[in-house]
Amino acid sequence: MGLKEKLHNIKEKGQGKKWLPAFSAFHTFLYTPNETTHSGGHVRAADDLKRTMNTVVLALIPCLIFGMFNTGFQHYEAIGEPVDFLSWEALSLGLIKILPLVVVSYVVGLGVEFIFAIIKGHEVEEGYLVTGMLVPLIVPVDIPLWMLAVAVIFGVVIGKEVFGGTGMNILNPALTIRAFLFFAYPTWMSGDKVWVEGAVERANEIAGGANLDAISGETILGTLAQGNEVAYSVSDMFFGFIPGSVGETSTFLILLAGLFLIFSKIGSWRIMLSSVVGALVMGLLFNGVVDAGWIKESSGFYSLMSTEFWHHLLIGGFAFGVVFMATDPVTASQTNKGKWIYGFLIGFISILIRVFNPAYPEGVMLAILLMNVFAPTIDHYVVQGNVKRRLKRLKAKTV
Amino acid sequence: MGLLSKKDAKLISDPLLDNNPITIQVLGICSALAITAELKASIVMSVAVLFVLGMGNVVISLMRNIIPSKIRIIVQLIVVATLVIIVDLVLKAFAYELSKTLSVFVGLIITNCIIMGRFEAFALANGPWKSFLDGIGNSLGYAVILIIVGFFRELLGSGSLLGIKVLGDPIEKTGVYAFGYENNGFMLLAPMALITVGIIIWVQRSRNTSLIEEN
Repeated sequence: MGLKEKLHNIKEKGQGKKWLPAFSAFHTFLYTPNETTHSGGHVRAADDLKRTMNTVVLALIPCLIFGMFNTGFQHYEAIGEPVDFLSWEALSLGLIKILPLVVVSYVVGLGVEFIFAIIKGHEVEEGYLVTGMLVPLIVPVDIPLWMLAVAVIFGVVIGKEVFGGTGMNILNPALTIRAFLFFAYPTWMSGDKVWVEGAVERANEIAGGANLDAISGETILGTLAQGNEVAYSVSDMFFGFIPGSVGETSTFLILLAGLFLIFSKIGSWRIMLSSVVGALVMGLLFNGVVDAGWIKESSGFYSLMSTEFWHHLLIGGFAFGVVFMATDPVTASQTNKGKWIYGFLIGFISILIRVFNPAYPEGVMLAILLMNVFAPTIDHYVVQGNVKRRLKRLKAKTV
Repeated sequence: MGLLSKKDAKLISDPLLDNNPITIQVLGICSALAITAELKASIVMSVAVLFVLGMGNVVISLMRNIIPSKIRIIVQLIVVATLVIIVDLVLKAFAYELSKTLSVFVGLIITNCIIMGRFEAFALANGPWKSFLDGIGNSLGYAVILIIVGFFRELLGSGSLLGIKVLGDPIEKTGVYAFGYENNGFMLLAPMALITVGIIIWVQRSRNTSLIEEN
């Protein structure tokens, strides 16, 4: 008897037992279950929920691996001993730093899901598979692990379980976790120290009297917000050889992942396209304001406003947020017209927050969370509008 | 309780749990969010509301037969306003620093829905002794939630209780801070007060399922 049959037998025997949800979660993760998904408000296709989730995780893997190389690369660059990007030194440092983030994210998040599944007596839902992979990619590499654990507990419990679990949440759980970290521990989520591995440690050593050079790892957005010149070329920004959160630096890989999601019909191309359009429109508006001379060069907003409008797509977490988080089928708009409005406003508001709120240089997180809240309202009006139009057509016909 | 009859005792004990003004009736939320970042402020606020609601209920109850119902809200407002001004002046005279922390929120006790709610719902229809007990009970129910929220927000947000650094010094890195612990700045922001109140409501309802409304 193979392992598969053995596991299946255990499941048959365990009907109604308390531990069954936890067991079958492992079982269905390893093998294709013989049941199809029948719960969750967001399943609008004949597809199994788990296949959807696995596809997204697959699309995230390149970003994760690139993030590992980039972590080591940025570290050695900053301490003045540059190594090749695709070198073992860079990768090994990245592995040591990022694997714990992934492990903590999954162990804590799935732990919370298991506990809730056992209390409520339902099957463990697969919702955390994607969130667990997103979380390590959107935090600074040096974030203390216990903070990550606290944030994951908060995000899964308050962001998801209180609303009824996977498929019922209003806010994207991964972004809820990041927002919690951002507001709870701002010194670890912003500034010029946290984005490059080892910079915080170095700063502490210098404060302790060590005779070393400080490491600065300002993100491009941070540099611009302070009105300084950016030292990175456009191709560096596009391919991602820049400091930033672990997995969001490479716009190139995110673009590939986005295409992959579109062609596998998992991610909505409407949301991605309209977000990009929204961001470009806002960027053009700001460029126009600068060209018209309506803003003084001494203004604090000048350098972000005068940034070439299409550079906004390459820097910060914009691309990552739009491809992987704005398209979250649970929290996005469900109607096609709604998706255009939802996406456009995400792009528009992201750039607005970027430029006008230097304290929160990454606007895309707050923009997506804000639009998550409005998504049901948008859907409501789209549906009502459709009903009204059809009623009118019906009337015209009968008269 | 030998002092109180069973019915009277219920007037005090009910609002503490099963009919709590904050977690069940969801009244008085604004002040619960605004001033609970420190435990001390929550305690003082609770005492102020205890005084205003206890006294106010008695006064309204005594006057209940002579208040014309058309202008009763105005009369109630005058009674609350008088009592609040007394509290405000006492605080300014004896605890100036604290009255600055509470700032406008002492004045805003006037608009605390719990107080107007108890006047309308109870004092206008019951005798002074019962109204007094009802006032005490409701303000204690309010105080319990304020103190729980204030406790967690100050402990996790500032690492102290009543201003005493119980978790060690965050700058000197003593106590738990030596292990890399850091204060949670989110706890000091109003949204986290709302979430804390929400968690209390959640815990209370999951322990006593009869409180859950039918859909």
